Amino acid sequence: MEKSASAGTGVPAAIYDDDIVKKFAIATLIWGAVGMLVGVIIALQLAWWPANLGLPWTTFGRLRPLHTNAVIFAFGGNICFTGIYYSMQRLLKTRMWSDALSKIHFWGWQLIIVAAAVTFPLGLSQSREYAELIWPIDIAITLIWVAFAVNFFGTIAVRKVKHIYVAIWFYMSFVITIAVLHIVNSLAMPATFLRSYPIYSGMTDALVQWWYGHNAVGFFLTTPFLGLMYYFLPKAADKPIYSYRLSIVHFWGLIFLYIWAGPHHLLYSGLPDWAQTLGMVFSIVLLAPSWGGMLNGLLTLRGAWDRLRTDPVLKFMVVGVSFYGMSTFEGPMMSIRAVNGLAHFTNWVVGHVHSGALGWNGMLSFAVLYWLVPRLWNKPLAKPKMATQHFWLATIGIVLYTVSMWAAGLMEGLQWRAIGDGGQLANPIFIDIVHRLEPFYWLRLLGGTLYFVGALMAVYNLFKTMRGPESVSTDAAAPVPAT
Amino acid sequence: MSDEMKNHGSEKKYGQFHRRVFEANIVNFAVWATIAILIGGIVEIVPMFTPAGTEISPDVTPYTALEVAGRDIYVSEGCYLCHSQWVRPMRAEILRYGPWSRAWEYQYARPFQLGSRRIGPDLHRIGGKYPDAWHYEHMRDPRSTTPGSVMPPYAWLLTNRIDAGDVRASMVALKKTGTPYTDEDIAGVEESLAGQGGEIVGRLREAGIESEPDRAIIAVIAYLQRLGMDGRAALQKQGIEY
Repeated sequence: MEKSASAGTGVPAAIYDDDIVKKFAIATLIWGAVGMLVGVIIALQLAWWPANLGLPWTTFGRLRPLHTNAVIFAFGGNICFTGIYYSMQRLLKTRMWSDALSKIHFWGWQLIIVAAAVTFPLGLSQSREYAELIWPIDIAITLIWVAFAVNFFGTIAVRKVKHIYVAIWFYMSFVITIAVLHIVNSLAMPATFLRSYPIYSGMTDALVQWWYGHNAVGFFLTTPFLGLMYYFLPKAADKPIYSYRLSIVHFWGLIFLYIWAGPHHLLYSGLPDWAQTLGMVFSIVLLAPSWGGMLNGLLTLRGAWDRLRTDPVLKFMVVGVSFYGMSTFEGPMMSIRAVNGLAHFTNWVVGHVHSGALGWNGMLSFAVLYWLVPRLWNKPLAKPKMATQHFWLATIGIVLYTVSMWAAGLMEGLQWRAIGDGGQLANPIFIDIVHRLEPFYWLRLLGGTLYFVGALMAVYNLFKTMRGPESVSTDAAAPVPAT
Repeated sequence: MSDEMKNHGSEKKYGQFHRRVFEANIVNFAVWATIAILIGGIVEIVPMFTPAGTEISPDVTPYTALEVAGRDIYVSEGCYLCHSQWVRPMRAEILRYGPWSRAWEYQYARPFQLGSRRIGPDLHRIGGKYPDAWHYEHMRDPRSTTPGSVMPPYAWLLTNRIDAGDVRASMVALKKTGTPYTDEDIAGVEESLAGQGGEIVGRLREAGIESEPDRAIIAVIAYLQRLGMDGRAALQKQGIEY
């Protein structure tokens, strides 16, 4: 890779800081396994309550934030940083502006994750969904994010190319928007070192938090991942991006529209009707730029579809981008008021989230890792067949997960609202409905476990690759097209 | 990626503007991207800070010291991950839980706890629905009151104690955010905790349960029994059947 980088760009490979990329890649693998393990544990707790273990530290209420934060901010965050640090140096043909800031970013982010893993089981939580971390950690996140942003824009400022490639646009929207969302949403009055109260109350707090929460999906799990897609998919397919024009239109459309969609989490609430309706309408319109991104990704593969049979990286990418398309169709549909009336509060939402998280974010992350680790360490992938096995386990796992949650969600939604002939509730006893969900919870656990086992195979395979014998000329480390 | 860009001659004109104005000028690009992501949030959130955006009601009063302590535990344990506090204006929900939730009922809710999932039932109208002893037994062993419940036991609430100084710190912070606590409210935290806690302990004793006013469970019971009560009183005043 180093050789090809210098050959392709005319810039000596040594100028790139790949050490930081390696660090982030290793962190991605470790936190991914941890976050998914916690997911499997809490899935078991829903199917079989004694798995709460009767201890304060291991109840569902304390572990679920650990799961969501670990997979979104630890696994998702670290893979984004892996891809960003690798690709932006090459796209801008310069080393990161400051190695010190890169290191501060890396270690700071990992420390924040460790702090989350310690505080959540202790019951230290703000209990605002996806923004549960206590205020001192929120301040640490702000500082580390600023370090990252300064380094990011500093690197762009000292770039050796004139024009900025589309992947960087998406990274930029990630850097800017997450800063805005995190700071505005975290404003709080500390009571003690461990507890604070938001400056917003009631429905205003709900709106601010869901403005943040939905755009954490938009700008943490969508735009940086689209940036990864725009860099790594053309690389892996050895094809140029299908349409530059489409990338412009869907970039601006996506970042402008996404931010309005938060209120679809508060349909039928005390939020003013006009705000609910705006949230619903913008969520539906959001389908267009979302599918613009999906199509630009999939159509980039034109003429390379035959390689899907043999290349595990492309397999992961195609399924990932397809799940992006599926979940960005499902999301707008669920934002329609009447559909939301049925889906809200049910397992359907959980299924939707996981078709995005496991399907889009997870599959794309593993694609990037399988492509990148052999190149970074300059060694062939240790077990290519195992990567394909991982792909099939993960795909089957996602299907089991989403199908079981669709079924469970529809069932509970319909049974909660069913009215009997006498005008009374057809299922007045709530716990009866809970019990009917049990088989679906076991099926979901099976799906999640398959996905987790697949992830462990990736961890094994990629660590084995890193420790493998030195190799200069292999298929995996073959020269790649110039940026 | 200049090689890739060259493949798209037909898009040259369209792209030229974007390349010149944004892709060659990061400051321009970052400023316009920031504007693009700010508009939606400003349009939706800013009106919430005007009187027209947020309904308030004089019938809703701030939580007592004991209820603040109970709410802190509710928040700390992540109860919102299984229980919503949000009855939607739908026939089945009103039949199951009670009147739908009004915006003003949440005016002192910091943080809001509407929730997004109903693994267990909604709690916004739970206040007054069951006796204190039911909640005590339910937290000790959920299956003792709800056979087949999948909720984990919260037995440590029976032994953990709440600290008056901690509750005072919470009320001071809440006052700073705008909750209308008086200086007397804050000075009288110990008295308030002991008074309301003592009442609950007394009711538990009648049911044959021994506890103490400073136990975490007492605060949780106080908070749960308060849920929806201000709304109930206000709605009854408006002639809405509860």
